[in-house]
Amino acid sequence: MKSLEEIIKTAGHSLEKAGLELIDNPSPCGERSILVDPSSFLALVELMRDDDEIGIDYLSNVTGVDWPEKIVKEKVKVKEMVDGKEKEVAQTIENNVGGYLEVIYHFYSVQHKSGPWTLRMRTGDREEKVTLPSITPIFQSADFQEREVFDLYGIRFEGHPDLRRIFMWDEFEDYPMRKDYEDPDDYEYEPTPHKKVLVRTQRHYEGNDPGK
Amino acid sequence: MVGLGILKGLRETARNLIGSFYQKERLTTVQYPEEKIAPKENNRNFPFLVFDKDPEANLRCVSCKICEKECPPQCIYIVQKRNEKGKAVKYPEVFDIDVSVCMSCQICVEVCPFDAIKMDQEFALSREDRFEDLLFDRVRLSKSNEYYHQIHPTEAGEVDGRLKEQRKQAEAKAEAKKQAAEKAAA
Amino acid sequence: MIRVNNSDDTQLDQLMGNNLLNNTEPGSIPLTGLPESIRVMEGDAGEVLEVSMGPQHPSTHGVFRMDVVLDGETIVKLKPVFGYLHRNHEKIAEQISYLGTMPYTDRLDYFCSMTNNWGYALSVEKLTGLEPPERAEYIRVITGELTRVVNHICLVGFFVQDMGASGTPLMYAFREREKILDLFESLSGSRMMCNYMRFGGCRVDLSPEWLAEAKKVVDECPRFLDEFETLLTENEILIARSRDVGILSSQKAINAGVTGPMLRASGVNYDLRKVDRYGIYDRFSFKVPLGPVGDCYDRFMLRILEARESLKILKQALKDIPEGPIMDAKSKIRNFKPKPGEAYGRIESPKGELGFYLISDGGVSPYRYRVRSPCLMNLTVLEDLCIGSKIADIIVILGSVDIVLGEIDR
Repeated sequence: MKSLEEIIKTAGHSLEKAGLELIDNPSPCGERSILVDPSSFLALVELMRDDDEIGIDYLSNVTGVDWPEKIVKEKVKVKEMVDGKEKEVAQTIENNVGGYLEVIYHFYSVQHKSGPWTLRMRTGDREEKVTLPSITPIFQSADFQEREVFDLYGIRFEGHPDLRRIFMWDEFEDYPMRKDYEDPDDYEYEPTPHKKVLVRTQRHYEGNDPGK
Repeated sequence: MVGLGILKGLRETARNLIGSFYQKERLTTVQYPEEKIAPKENNRNFPFLVFDKDPEANLRCVSCKICEKECPPQCIYIVQKRNEKGKAVKYPEVFDIDVSVCMSCQICVEVCPFDAIKMDQEFALSREDRFEDLLFDRVRLSKSNEYYHQIHPTEAGEVDGRLKEQRKQAEAKAEAKKQAAEKAAA
Repeated sequence: MIRVNNSDDTQLDQLMGNNLLNNTEPGSIPLTGLPESIRVMEGDAGEVLEVSMGPQHPSTHGVFRMDVVLDGETIVKLKPVFGYLHRNHEKIAEQISYLGTMPYTDRLDYFCSMTNNWGYALSVEKLTGLEPPERAEYIRVITGELTRVVNHICLVGFFVQDMGASGTPLMYAFREREKILDLFESLSGSRMMCNYMRFGGCRVDLSPEWLAEAKKVVDECPRFLDEFETLLTENEILIARSRDVGILSSQKAINAGVTGPMLRASGVNYDLRKVDRYGIYDRFSFKVPLGPVGDCYDRFMLRILEARESLKILKQALKDIPEGPIMDAKSKIRNFKPKPGEAYGRIESPKGELGFYLISDGGVSPYRYRVRSPCLMNLTVLEDLCIGSKIADIIVILGSVDIVLGEIDR
């Protein structure tokens, strides 16, 4: 079984501007993954499919992940002049890291009984640059899964033959699996100990007596 | 010959039909409301609160709210009791379980550090009002330790042994503390 | 309630839907009075008919709909429509604790709650490095294989029920299933929603009496399977309905991500119990049955054969099960927080490859929780299987795919 470094090396030879990056996995299973630039994703998959040693032929899993914008606090020691003396002062710098959506693919090889090879792709942002290439023409198993990612995360897959909502109804507008999704305000009063429901009910009735 | 397979199959059905008259394993139907199968010992349905002697004073629950936090469908609602001075007491003022939401997963039982909440076997709970009648309050939920022994004898025995052990350890600790204090005073 | 004024005939007609047929103008298509689900379209194949099959069709195993385009009785196009049972299981799991998701996994494929528990526990163990002790691994194999037997014999019952063998085979299957569900009940406390496995082991230990009872059930089961086979496998009607219907080629099956008995019925030797050897499956000797053609009959036969192999594993496991603890000592019930990282664990559930993908950010609930449901992936090929067949074959093909809507819609 080829290691991910070898794949990156061979792909770097044949693909121009492959933009490959190894992503580490700190969990005990340690299955690492390759971050691929969307422009060279399909080429890399075809390369891995045609490689005799890797020979991926089975796409098991397609997943979307939402990474919203977040503020990363970093502690930096800065030299400052305090009372005429130069001192090292700890300062926190707040970096605003742009949000993006990520798609993760788990490939296996049925003929060699090996795997998984994990590839990831990231979108530019969460609102407009959400188009990624579709892998459905190569692996049919991505058909429903990419539709699911589109339905729940709002990633558009270019080249998908039939990109429609799959679980939610067609008129539905938001993307429910995103971290900042808010449930629609359609709660009715129920005498329930469910605190969250009660709070939402009260908000829904806006000061009206919830019970009537 | 065409039709032989069907005939073979029909022979099998006939064997089952005739067999059902004298073989118990071929006729497994139980006429439910008239006949009942006793529930298995481990069978679980909805949670109840265990008390030792008095349903008011000896409720094991100390309203630590761990079960409320861990309950997957969030059907438990607890308010801690406060005494006249407004200080929190280890006793639940309100302990409600919405059994229409409860999914009988037993996670409240597992996370409870005080063995205060256990699973009941009562299942015929249909009521007229889905909301009010199925929202069980503290009084409705409290059941005696004897009842617990009745439905889960093995498990209850284990729990009693464990509680006894804990109490013994606590007493020994208190005793040791007392002795140490006496020694220090001397 | 709508009150009908008897003297006003037009209102009554409207209520009865008569006006639609009466108002047909000469020259128009005489089908305007039909419900909206049946439409006439103009296509390449002449006049084709679009029919919405389901959602409340008895053969769809739940609330599932197929938009079928028919040319005569031949299927031209088929689009599965689902999501009626969608409850966003993944979102719920991302809001509650790791342990709290365990009972929700029971409700994915409600026929096989034990294997669902196992898959989820396996993924979390991969994420955290917990290792279940040997006895727990044996218990997992025993409960998992019992689940496979239940699923396969019931599927065969449903499959022939969809063809019109109403009752008899299904009731025989349910009779056997009852014995196994009784075992589950006395072990875990619930017949179907077992919620039995935990991260790093199992919840309660099994007693010697339980083992004796399980041995009895396992020993009796082959006799039932023999009965079942004489009842069904040579039946001419079943053969006529299912042989050479819905043939799936092996390349297509792999490419479309079909897994489980459906993949093996197409002749691909890919069983995760042999490939991944998760748990302790490398200790048991069993065979992987493969289908020669990949039609509905192969899928049906393969399930009976797999049930037999499962019984073989069960016999070995029940004989060899060691004494010992059933939980990893490092496992915690309260305040369970895995370190940041990700893991994709998969097991061979009775329906196919069941995968759980988890990303942890170090908190009490997973950052991302994803279920790779085998039923959903197996449905990908439904259109390819059905095109060219007759409309009555849809039911046979769908029955042989073995779907559970709780897992498709999630």
